Amino acid sequence: MAKVRKTKVPMKEQPVEERIRNFNEVPLGYTPEEAMEEASRCLGCKDAPCVKGCPVGINIPNFIKEIKEGNFKKAIEIIKQDNSLPAICGRVCPQEDQCEKECRLNKIGEPVAIGRLERFVADWEAEQGIERPNLPPKKGIKVAVIGSGPAGLTAAGELAKMGYDVTIFEALHDTGGVLRYGIPEFRLPKRIIDREVEYIKMLGVKIEVNAIVGKTITIEQIWNDGFQAMFIGTGAGLPKFMNISGENLNGIYSANEFLTRVNLMKAYLFPEYDTPIKVGKRVAVIGGGNVAMDSVRTAKRLGAEQAMIIYRRTEKEMPARIEEIERAKEEGIIFHFLTNPVRYIGDEKGNVVAVECIRMELGEPDASGRRSPVPIPNSEFTMEVDTVVVAIGTGPNPVLLQAFPELKLNKWGYIEADPETGATSVPGVYAGGDIVTGAATVISAMGAGKRSAKAIDEYLQKKLKGGI
Amino acid sequence: MYTILKSKALAPNIYEFTIRAPLVAKNAKAGQFVIVRIHEKGERIPLTIADFDKNEGTITIVFQVVGKTTHELSTLKEGDSLKDFVGPLGNPSEIERLGSVLVVGGGVGIAPIFPIARALKESGNHVIGIIGARSSDLLFWEDKVKEVCDELIVCTDDGSKGVKGFVTQAMEMVFKEKSDIKRCWAIGPLIMMKFATQVAKKYNVPITVSLNPIMVDGTGMCGACRCTVGGKTLFACSHGPEFDGTLVDFDELIKRGERFKEEEKIAWERYKSMKGGA
Repeated sequence: MAKVRKTKVPMKEQPVEERIRNFNEVPLGYTPEEAMEEASRCLGCKDAPCVKGCPVGINIPNFIKEIKEGNFKKAIEIIKQDNSLPAICGRVCPQEDQCEKECRLNKIGEPVAIGRLERFVADWEAEQGIERPNLPPKKGIKVAVIGSGPAGLTAAGELAKMGYDVTIFEALHDTGGVLRYGIPEFRLPKRIIDREVEYIKMLGVKIEVNAIVGKTITIEQIWNDGFQAMFIGTGAGLPKFMNISGENLNGIYSANEFLTRVNLMKAYLFPEYDTPIKVGKRVAVIGGGNVAMDSVRTAKRLGAEQAMIIYRRTEKEMPARIEEIERAKEEGIIFHFLTNPVRYIGDEKGNVVAVECIRMELGEPDASGRRSPVPIPNSEFTMEVDTVVVAIGTGPNPVLLQAFPELKLNKWGYIEADPETGATSVPGVYAGGDIVTGAATVISAMGAGKRSAKAIDEYLQKKLKGGI
Repeated sequence: MYTILKSKALAPNIYEFTIRAPLVAKNAKAGQFVIVRIHEKGERIPLTIADFDKNEGTITIVFQVVGKTTHELSTLKEGDSLKDFVGPLGNPSEIERLGSVLVVGGGVGIAPIFPIARALKESGNHVIGIIGARSSDLLFWEDKVKEVCDELIVCTDDGSKGVKGFVTQAMEMVFKEKSDIKRCWAIGPLIMMKFATQVAKKYNVPITVSLNPIMVDGTGMCGACRCTVGGKTLFACSHGPEFDGTLVDFDELIKRGERFKEEEKIAWERYKSMKGGA
């Protein structure tokens, strides 16, 4: 038996000096030969620890085996049994914390590049032209899905595959939720989202954009329109601020505003597109998650001379994916660790010109298990900045929740839902994704959407038999 | 697509469109707004609802040409469509039977004050209206507003119609004459709402203003429209758009309105040169 290579087959990337001047995707994908070579590293473990690490339970060893043998069509079919959005997951899933973390090859080197392989076959399929799977006969039962982000798209796709008549109500003018407004083009190209949404539509799902449930359509109207069940996947879209002095100065954005302008509204193509974005020479992004990385790398691409991260803990505690932190470093992003803003200073026109920060040190572990940062007295210092992006997290958007007072919320204001089924306090209403858990990952939202689809099916079968 | 059923020039650079949007019309109430995007490359702009007809399924908007997007909007004709038209957004006005109330519309703010006046009238209030503009040619909807007011004062800055002076001077007049005004609404440019608030405060009358800052999504997701109200940061789109005027930091809002001034100029110049070249 040939010796297994210890490291992943490398994937080609756009060179740093080029990519910091454009919004094109950074990693370029595998060729069929590279994919087959990488697939041959898989040991095909019988107990498949990788599958246990996957929130949607893809049969990983089987699809990799098909790639190894060059049966790419078979491989994508296996993935799509459990995941309707593989091109997205192959790109943005934190595989290092999930499937790849469990891989036995970690003992001798790097795990199998499961994410890269998933991406490869999804892209390969798109090149061939995506085929519509065989669908069961329509049941003639209507289910409403609120939000077209990863949770909603998954729930809708799964329900459509069971024969339900699914309509997604989307508040924005375009689909995808955070996939489109939050994740930049260089990490998840819009054409990939378009393609995956097109597939969901091929399954028979109807998508109504510009439809804000609670405003454009009330919950009552949805029930009156004959919908028998509902899945809520509205995400955690409310931006948090630190509530420190000067935070409303011009030049200070929430990450949601900054990224929505650039991603959804394509402000990076201003003035060809009408939505403007203003990025100065010295940009500070506050926070240490993936959204902070996306924001700071976006700022760099929009011409910032110094694009920096201000984070109150150390690199070790950063919640961002390691891969994204590494890419940010390669791109010349400056990191100020153990640093926290205390106030912003503006000029007479109301523009931010500086941020006053304080140095921090790590104290005792907090509820999240991370050592909590404590300010060091009298360590304040000032940095000149002309643009700030606040990326310290999000909360539940209240628009739908206010319009649906029967829905029980937890103490953080998110929807209280059964972790296994997504069942809420209202019969027939299920919820999943960030609106239940708070901001998490694309794949965990998809997992929740999938579990709820199954629970909705069981609920409706019972209901229509007269059991409820 | 959302079809423009009627379009009308109300005054120089001020236009009225009636748009087919049955779902928006069905749930619309006085005080709410819509977000409009003209085409695929367009920006999302908030416009306060000026009128709505649930039976016809229509929403009326009134806008003033202030830059590229509003100019482009003004070039659209009856039968043309808007790419996106979403709403009704924000919270409706708090309409209750109070007795005597005062509504004040300045400039293009005359339009959104109309449905509030109508709702107040329908709830059995004695509605006193003040509408004002720089000069008579910029005044519009006088008859329409008059119909839903028990008394109406028209004023112009230059005296070309009605009382000469600002709406705030007319407010002083009304407050001096009548001591029983329970509440007042003022909609117009920020500077006008700032001074209207000072007048109402002087006479101890509660005042509600309607804010229309820069927005992107209009549903509380981006925080572009944040403003300081009573020392707290609130979002005009989801907490408002109406607020107690005495709590609003107008000076901050005026500065925030200038956030993209340079970019707005670039877009406008580019648009003009492209139109000129065509």
